[in-house]
Amino acid sequence: MDAQKNLYREEAYELLANLEDALIELEQHPDDLDIVGRVFRAMHTIKGSGAMFGFDDIAAFTHTIETVYDLIRDGKLSVTQDIISLTLSSCDQIKAMLDASQGLETVSDERTVELTQAFTAYLPQEEGAPDKGSPSLEKTGDQADGQRPLTTFRIRFQPHKDLFANGTNPLPLLNELKDLGESTIVCHMKDLPDLMDMDPEACYTSWDIILTTTSDINTIRDVFIFVEDSSEITIEPVDTLATENLDAEYKKVGEILLERGAIQKEDLDKALKTQKRIGEVLLDKGVVDKSEIRSALAEQEQIRAMRKKRAAADETSSIRVPAARLDALVNLVGELVTVQARLTQFSAKKSDPDLMGIAEEVERLSAELRDISMGIRMLPIGTTFAKFKRLVRDLSNELGKDINFVMEGEETELDKTVIDKLSDPLVHLIRNSIDHGIEQPDKRVASGKPAQGVIKLSAQHSGAHVLISIADDGNGLDVDVIRAKAIEKGIISAETTLTEKEIHELIFAPGFSTAQNVTSVSGRGVGMDVVRSSIEGLSGTVEVHSSKGRGTTITLKLPLTLAIIDGLLVNIASESFVIPLGAVVECVELTEEGKTRAHGRHLIKVREEIIPYIPLRETFSINEGIPAIEQVVITELGDKRVGFVVDRVIGQHQTVIKTMGHMLKNIDNISGATILGDGTVALILDVYKLIQQTEYLEREGLQQ
Amino acid sequence: MSKTILSVDDSASIRQLVVFTLEKEGYEVVSAVDGQDALAKAKGQAVDMVITDLNMPNVDGIELIQALRADPAFKFTPIVMLTTESAMNKKDAGKQAGATGWIVKPFKPEQLIAVVKRLLG
Repeated sequence: MDAQKNLYREEAYELLANLEDALIELEQHPDDLDIVGRVFRAMHTIKGSGAMFGFDDIAAFTHTIETVYDLIRDGKLSVTQDIISLTLSSCDQIKAMLDASQGLETVSDERTVELTQAFTAYLPQEEGAPDKGSPSLEKTGDQADGQRPLTTFRIRFQPHKDLFANGTNPLPLLNELKDLGESTIVCHMKDLPDLMDMDPEACYTSWDIILTTTSDINTIRDVFIFVEDSSEITIEPVDTLATENLDAEYKKVGEILLERGAIQKEDLDKALKTQKRIGEVLLDKGVVDKSEIRSALAEQEQIRAMRKKRAAADETSSIRVPAARLDALVNLVGELVTVQARLTQFSAKKSDPDLMGIAEEVERLSAELRDISMGIRMLPIGTTFAKFKRLVRDLSNELGKDINFVMEGEETELDKTVIDKLSDPLVHLIRNSIDHGIEQPDKRVASGKPAQGVIKLSAQHSGAHVLISIADDGNGLDVDVIRAKAIEKGIISAETTLTEKEIHELIFAPGFSTAQNVTSVSGRGVGMDVVRSSIEGLSGTVEVHSSKGRGTTITLKLPLTLAIIDGLLVNIASESFVIPLGAVVECVELTEEGKTRAHGRHLIKVREEIIPYIPLRETFSINEGIPAIEQVVITELGDKRVGFVVDRVIGQHQTVIKTMGHMLKNIDNISGATILGDGTVALILDVYKLIQQTEYLEREGLQQ
Repeated sequence: MSKTILSVDDSASIRQLVVFTLEKEGYEVVSAVDGQDALAKAKGQAVDMVITDLNMPNVDGIELIQALRADPAFKFTPIVMLTTESAMNKKDAGKQAGATGWIVKPFKPEQLIAVVKRLLG
């Protein structure tokens, strides 16, 4: 924040200098509206940015001046000698306030008041109150979330036809609602005309959202604040899951439709006379649209479900399932996804609309099945985190250190196998932090740190990955000690020059340990390299950031699931490969010109950046038919960007990962294979390993 | 692949805050100092959203919004305007010009992120 304050101050001093020049000019040309504009804008920026960075006194003071110049801009007030003098004096006052914020001077508050009053005299007597139209982007009333009962709201979102004209996308709004609680969303498409008559820039759909949430109605209304004028929004509470209501049956579908005004009482009565289900009858009679029924049913369904959940809250409603059974399920789902891909490809070839419709539905269903079965295997990492509390307590007591152990993101979910395999590496990393990282309390106090050290263990989702980090505010890594030890162990030679980051990486080398004594806890030197290989075995990465004397942070990046990932399908000659989409940032073309411009080095310029690439044809020795223009798939791992050159980029592909057989398991740069829709096999590239290998080869001078 | 946001403001301190806040959330940010600069930068690349101040020299916020909406490449791009409490009439002008939403200065970084999520996802 200090850096921002300084930047603002610099900016403000500069603006004041420009402002003074402008005022002197204005004095000579009092009718020049351009100059007035410059003065206004300078005041406006000083005020606006001032408020942003905590300079409230400056913001308040400048407000009145800005208002006066606004009137001048609109021609409601003329520039006078007096106004110019006052404004110049105000510049001095603002300068004084800026100086005061740095402790350079004291500011006279009376002067501020005096100047403000002088300006106020120029304003018309009735000044309107500021518009209350600012969106309250804070979640209103969320403090009492735990106490407020779950309420179900019926929300109707009917955009006008021209919704898209101001760049509105209804989908993020629906997502925002979904994040507030449990919801069912029904889309009404009855107004959708035939494709030939449709205007692609118009919005024909509307949505009913049944939302069960602890948030209050204002929070919901807030979601729609930007589209209030371009849509009809109704929000009504329809059920409070307060205990008293739980015994009563929720309204019947007919009642709901009646309540909404979708049908009249006579329709309801007439329909009830027959024996058929109310929804069917109303539909048959054409009285109401299919999506209305669906929506009413969704409401009924949701509330029943919520009530059941609430009633069963005390009972445990989970089942223990043998992990093997889940694995079998996931395997089957994988097979299904593969066959579904073949079906989709086949139906596209046949161009039969009926078949394509069916294939689409199968695709949708298998995607849902995939998501749900992947989800079953997901567990919150908090279960693993919790047992570390004891570890930290015991170990810090044993070593006489005072440590505050903080956990964040315990609700982050990961695949069960990943969690199981993470346990040991995490234990090792935490032990390291306690043993080598955090110093003894007296040593900490001596170096100006609080006696109590902090170790923070946190987990969060990041795209298709989970980031787990262990951060301590202890010793940090000592590059000299590490370097010395690495030379001693023969890991590097005395002449090798390495950057600080590369020295940090040395701790992962096998056999490395800088502990003076091998304690019962650590120092056996079998730790960090095992941690790294365990994490890499899970298709993850380990990174270390450290600052001597300040602390160390180890970050683990793991994929959310091991079985099915989103991949980018590419071709080299007749071979297909898959690159994990999570690592991909963009694709660019590689022309002859691009290659010659780099003078034979494997580098490509993308906008302002120079990015190295790996020519996969060389890596895999594929020699047939190079196309004139190749494609570079640019990946990003950590903060490194590396491109991979292929012939063609086909597109996104749901990749069911099959492990390589026994014999081929040791091929480092391939992490698995997948079967494409036409039955051929595509190899899945291990981007991290490929980059590592190429770096190694380059360093050893074996490659250009 | 990350989304790109074009941030337009003649105040360097605000620009820096926006870049800092949004890049932390994984967005790519391109900064411009006024409407004219913004239009030049918009020609060069794919932009998924625009956040713009209203009071700027050369081409101001309202003109920028109008120019963007007239360009087929930006007809449906979400555009957020940064307004101040005392300039609510400008906010209406912005809405008329086709802005998608607004944030009132001073704002907290979390508010900026919430609006970006609401309009861009």
